[in-house]
Amino acid sequence: MLNYVIKRVALAIPTLLILIVISFLLMHAAPGGPFTSEKPLPPQVMANIAAKYGLDQPLWKQMVNYIWGILTHFDFGPSFKYKDRTVNDIIAQGFPITLTYGFYSFVVAIVTGMALGIAAAVKQNTWIDYFAVGISIGAQVLPNFVMAPILVLIFTLWLNWLPGGGWNGGQWQYLVMPVIALSTSYMASIARITRSSMLEVLNTNYIRTAKAKGLPWSKVIIRHALKPSLLPVISYLGPAFVGLITGSVVIDMYFSTGGMGYFFVNSATNRDYSVMMGITILVGTLTVLFNLIVDLLYAWIDPKIRY
Amino acid sequence: MSIFAKSLAAGFLAVSMAATPVVAANPAAGEKLAEDQTFTYSTIDEISSLDPQIVEDVSGSNVARDLFEGLLNQDAEGNLVPGVAESWESNAEKNLYTFHLRDNAKWSDGTPVTANDFVYAWRRLADPKTASPYSWFAEIMAIDGVGPVLAGEADPSTLGVKAIDDHTFQVKLSASLPYFAAMTTHPSTFPTPQAVIEKFGTDWTKPENIVSNGAYVLTEHIPNERMVRERNPMYWDNEHTVIDKTVLLVINDENAAHTRYLAGELDLGPVPTGQYKRLKAEYPDETHSVPSLCTYYYNYNMRDSGPEALKDVRVRQALSYAIDRSIITENILQAGQIPAFTFTPGATAGFTVPKVAFGEMTQAERDAKAVELLAAAGYGKDNPLKVEVLYNTSEGHKKIAIAITQMWKQKLGVEATLANMEWKTFLQNKSEGNFDVARAGWCGDYNEASTFLDLLTTDSGYNDSKYSNPEVDRLMAEAKTMDDPSANYTKVEEIIAEDMPVIPVYHYASVLMLKPNVKGWPFQNVEGKWYSRELYKTAE
Repeated sequence: MLNYVIKRVALAIPTLLILIVISFLLMHAAPGGPFTSEKPLPPQVMANIAAKYGLDQPLWKQMVNYIWGILTHFDFGPSFKYKDRTVNDIIAQGFPITLTYGFYSFVVAIVTGMALGIAAAVKQNTWIDYFAVGISIGAQVLPNFVMAPILVLIFTLWLNWLPGGGWNGGQWQYLVMPVIALSTSYMASIARITRSSMLEVLNTNYIRTAKAKGLPWSKVIIRHALKPSLLPVISYLGPAFVGLITGSVVIDMYFSTGGMGYFFVNSATNRDYSVMMGITILVGTLTVLFNLIVDLLYAWIDPKIRY
Repeated sequence: MSIFAKSLAAGFLAVSMAATPVVAANPAAGEKLAEDQTFTYSTIDEISSLDPQIVEDVSGSNVARDLFEGLLNQDAEGNLVPGVAESWESNAEKNLYTFHLRDNAKWSDGTPVTANDFVYAWRRLADPKTASPYSWFAEIMAIDGVGPVLAGEADPSTLGVKAIDDHTFQVKLSASLPYFAAMTTHPSTFPTPQAVIEKFGTDWTKPENIVSNGAYVLTEHIPNERMVRERNPMYWDNEHTVIDKTVLLVINDENAAHTRYLAGELDLGPVPTGQYKRLKAEYPDETHSVPSLCTYYYNYNMRDSGPEALKDVRVRQALSYAIDRSIITENILQAGQIPAFTFTPGATAGFTVPKVAFGEMTQAERDAKAVELLAAAGYGKDNPLKVEVLYNTSEGHKKIAIAITQMWKQKLGVEATLANMEWKTFLQNKSEGNFDVARAGWCGDYNEASTFLDLLTTDSGYNDSKYSNPEVDRLMAEAKTMDDPSANYTKVEEIIAEDMPVIPVYHYASVLMLKPNVKGWPFQNVEGKWYSRELYKTAE
């Protein structure tokens, strides 16, 4: 087991390096640069700026300097667009926000999604099943950029219960709508996956045996059926968790939370090279990490899996 | 002296003669002020910087004007009024300016604002180490010695700025500039605190470090969420300030910002695209549209490598004539935009829109003329003209491009295709000349016609059509030193209307929603410059 973890971590390093190199090259291959604007800067001014940010050096040297800065000082460089701040500042400010609403959305999505999925599977082909499937299909097809304005319309403009956006240090009033808008589609996926894998498990021989030996139905579900039916759910949850905590551009834009999702997308359009690289590396690292955690969880759930 | 300079000089005389002209919130007698003097507004994107020498966006400049104060300010009509400088004078050649600073101007930490603070800030603006995107402004201000400093060939201390004593600041120019004083309202010329910048480096603009000399101080800044500025008790005119606190919320979506305005969270909010007409009908007292100093136009690619057809002036004229601009302003935009037949907007100070020939025709006449011109150029049903219209991806630009190409197709049988690109890719392709016809927009850097017309001179870095006419170049060069350049500007507009290197489509209007109890908003300032300290809220 320990060997396996060490091997996976060792493999993560070249994976991340390849990610950095490819992202770096793709980013510089995109037309325009951070200082391209509708009013082009005079050549001397442009040269001074390029010198300050090291953009006048050959690409390979910029990349080596960049990676060296990260390895030695954990320095991801200054933002080219928000000139008072470094990438570290932007991540330090934006990541806790997306982590907060992402984590709550994750919890809400798992609890409601699994409850719906299990209920639907256990009561298959009853009105409970149809209701649960209906809700999850509805939630799946309603994208969050449609959901967000509808929520604001209802809770802010009509009922006047919740503020229309903002963050204010993450007070609960400011969290409710982002969490609902973000969690629904994840909830729907979790419900569907749970339902189908639960149904599969419920049709296996050992469940029939458990039933036959007279175990109460609730115990059969919780003790015998739940754990194995979680496997596909868990493999979905790893990447989903990373997706949730690194934020959503729609949530950040519509609810003005100040989270990292907006910076991620916007840095690409602004050609804010350093911010884009910094967040890509963060998301990449988290993805590698959570895939490892998912694999370890497999071994715990399914005794047949050995590392 | 140019008209622009004249209006400035008039402002200068008024200033010299008036005893103590105070520009501040000015509630009328009998108006009851609101208890809570918090002004909340939104912007679409986080500001680029709080550092006056670095900031380059409009919303960042609005913040800079609240936090810092330069030598001179603008009043609600855009006239010059004293800031840190109480008065100023120049020599007869207009190349040596002396500013007399007030002795009660203070930084927010209580230290006095002196001429040395300006010397430091102006050298900092030109210093290549600062790498300010606005360092070119020091160049157009023609400060003596700026070229070599910018190029890194001379030390910033060689710049022609000098503190004669603590309260006298002198600037030597390399050319005679009658309108120099007006340029000192630009944020890049605001003083900055040397000791604080040297102590904290780029972190000096964080709320816990920043020291500023404006009517407000920064008290909270959560990037991409909110920024709070509160009144600065050290500000020399603090007693006339009414708004206690200004809150800026970053709301990246104009519809979300509009919803929050309606929910009462904002005092000033945007009008979402295409909704002006409806909102004006529903909230007539809150919805405003004022002309602004911007032009929406299409560039023709006139490079040698460009399409052959567009080298023919008849084709360029035909395409321009066939556009019914009123359909675009009245049916698509619907927010008080003005159909454009000249490049310079009529809102520009000292500029009277010349009656260019094609602007005087009716649309039916223009359409008929367009058919005639295009036929003369050899294009018609059997040999249709093919052009591609390039625009940056956006619903608004798309609607206009569809309308325009449809007009070309119906009236002239032109086979026009649309191409859209993401912003930076679009800019790159436009500057490299990979287009037939491309969308463009231009907003004046200062309130005078040359900020538009210089764009069409051969050497302009912004001349994306690569239009070149020696006569235009000559007239624009001559205008720089003329007492009254308006005749030259009229002539240039007439030449452009004839040569048609660009298609002017419309002149912008800025639209906004403002709560009726917010008073003092400078609607007359076409550059949209506003100061929180001039606003106040009345009790409802």
